[in-house]
Amino acid sequence: MLSTTDLSKISSQVRRDIIRMVHGASSGHPGGSLGAADFLVALYFACMKPDPNKFSIDGTGEDIFFLSNGHISPAWYSVLARYGYFKPGELATFRKLDTRLQGHPSILDETPGVRMASGSLGQGLSVALGAAISKKLNGDPKTVYCLMGDGELQEGQNWEALMYGAAKGVDNIIATVDYNQKQIDGPVEKVLSLGNLRAKLESFGWLVLEMNGNDMAEILDQLAVAKQQLNQGIPVIIIMHTKMGFGVDFMLDNHEWHGVPPNDEQAEKALEQLEETMGDY
Amino acid sequence: MNNYTNLGSKDTRSGFGEALLELGKENENIVALCADLVGSLKMGDFAKAFPDRFFEVGIAEANMIGLAAGMTIGGKIPFTGTFANFSTARVYDQIRQSVAYSKKNVKICASHAGVTLGEDGATHQSLEDMGMMKMLPFMTVINPCDFNQTKAATKAIAVHEGPVYLRFGRPKVPNFTSPDQEFVIGKAVMLHEGSDVSIFATGHLVWKALEAIQILAEEGIKAELINFHTIKPLDNEAVLASVKKTGCVVSAEEHMRNGGLGDSIAQLLALHHPAPMEMVAVDDKFGESGTPEELLSRYGLDTPDVVAAVRAVLARKVHSG
Repeated sequence: MLSTTDLSKISSQVRRDIIRMVHGASSGHPGGSLGAADFLVALYFACMKPDPNKFSIDGTGEDIFFLSNGHISPAWYSVLARYGYFKPGELATFRKLDTRLQGHPSILDETPGVRMASGSLGQGLSVALGAAISKKLNGDPKTVYCLMGDGELQEGQNWEALMYGAAKGVDNIIATVDYNQKQIDGPVEKVLSLGNLRAKLESFGWLVLEMNGNDMAEILDQLAVAKQQLNQGIPVIIIMHTKMGFGVDFMLDNHEWHGVPPNDEQAEKALEQLEETMGDY
Repeated sequence: MNNYTNLGSKDTRSGFGEALLELGKENENIVALCADLVGSLKMGDFAKAFPDRFFEVGIAEANMIGLAAGMTIGGKIPFTGTFANFSTARVYDQIRQSVAYSKKNVKICASHAGVTLGEDGATHQSLEDMGMMKMLPFMTVINPCDFNQTKAATKAIAVHEGPVYLRFGRPKVPNFTSPDQEFVIGKAVMLHEGSDVSIFATGHLVWKALEAIQILAEEGIKAELINFHTIKPLDNEAVLASVKKTGCVVSAEEHMRNGGLGDSIAQLLALHHPAPMEMVAVDDKFGESGTPEELLSRYGLDTPDVVAAVRAVLARKVHSG
């Protein structure tokens, strides 16, 4: 069992990977990736712990994860690589011609760990619910996880899915909203407010938890709480409070870093703030 | 002349419903989802027989497509059911990303396609669906012509690995193909051999074309008729072999000219064997309310329209020949 200190060290390396990937590709989405890094590390290394050597699309007998907000692919790819799905060196191919690490996740090149394309927003929760139903039909007791952005909740399909999950009692799913309150055009509150998100989710019939997604101990605690709520006829969703750009001071909580790569100087400055703990790729 | 007998008119959607029930009995991985149109899609028997494998999703088609894509993970074979418009235009990006680009084994089953939906009018009459679906990589597009063929097609797509769009309709139409037919995806079916003109028809227009070749025969015109139940992948060999023999073509379909069967055939011929061609299809118009027969006539999709197209293309063949 890895300690929170161990996990935070992995997060630091993942954040270095993110900066180096988007800098290397001269494109990509550092802000949300940095904010969600701690959660994805906790999910793979401490919570789901799938076998990286036995990846299959079906994921039978394993917890499985869907990334709905596909633009934070740098964080996901880094975690997949650092967890052992493929060699970290492959991260250098991110967004480049012939890569398996497409700008937004794709399955066409059989990227280990990826089961579904995402990028066009709002589709992941429906897919995750479908996969959860499939697990139930197969008698597979494992859990389906799904991460969504908060701006992404402006897409109507999410609310169809939220309605469905509760109405039909899909209770082997833990969804998480990355509530960094930022999107490309500015604060979510200004672009199109989600209003009282907790009240909305509760009124749709989901069991709602909240956590600080940039506090490793709290992530582990709340994921454990969420797991205790499974199989009780009610789907579970976590509002995860994070800061876009977490870990890099000049990117912190700034929507302008949603989808812009750092230049050479900025990348250097960012990397100075992030400890190299597992060796750069 | 017409060697095909109407065994008793039936709606194609009932062929889908019967096959779905049989598939449910044969394979426990078959699951079905419907967006509040169980009766219209004839999915009620499946729902009753397999309540654990039937999912009523409500009027929420985007979520239905996503659920179906997710259910393939773990080995389920989902059949989604709603009207053609709500199966395609309403959910195009969901199909594009979560089904086609993700190569998921989802069977998108669409009823009430075309103007023969009738009285509900243009909002519900999809004439663009096959075009949208055929533009998606990995997508197979099928448009059977009658009850028996729809039933056979439904069985065939269940054992085909990959995303499929299966299109059928609302009205009762002549049922004339064999109940025991072997349905091979991508393989067109020769219905009548001829040497003067090739008629390539799909869906409800196949029977209209059968009626047309009888009329043409009385004028001494030997028309060849091939049923293209699969729009994509197109049976290129069947097209080229026939046109090399006859030298001219008429396509016939209950669909917009843009994006339909004729459009695919025209592309193929332009590249490999240019020949005079006429298209029986809807010419850049929305539909309207009316009975199916009235609308087929109004939109130029009836037997006389096929006959007229053949005469027109034969005249062009003479001039160009």
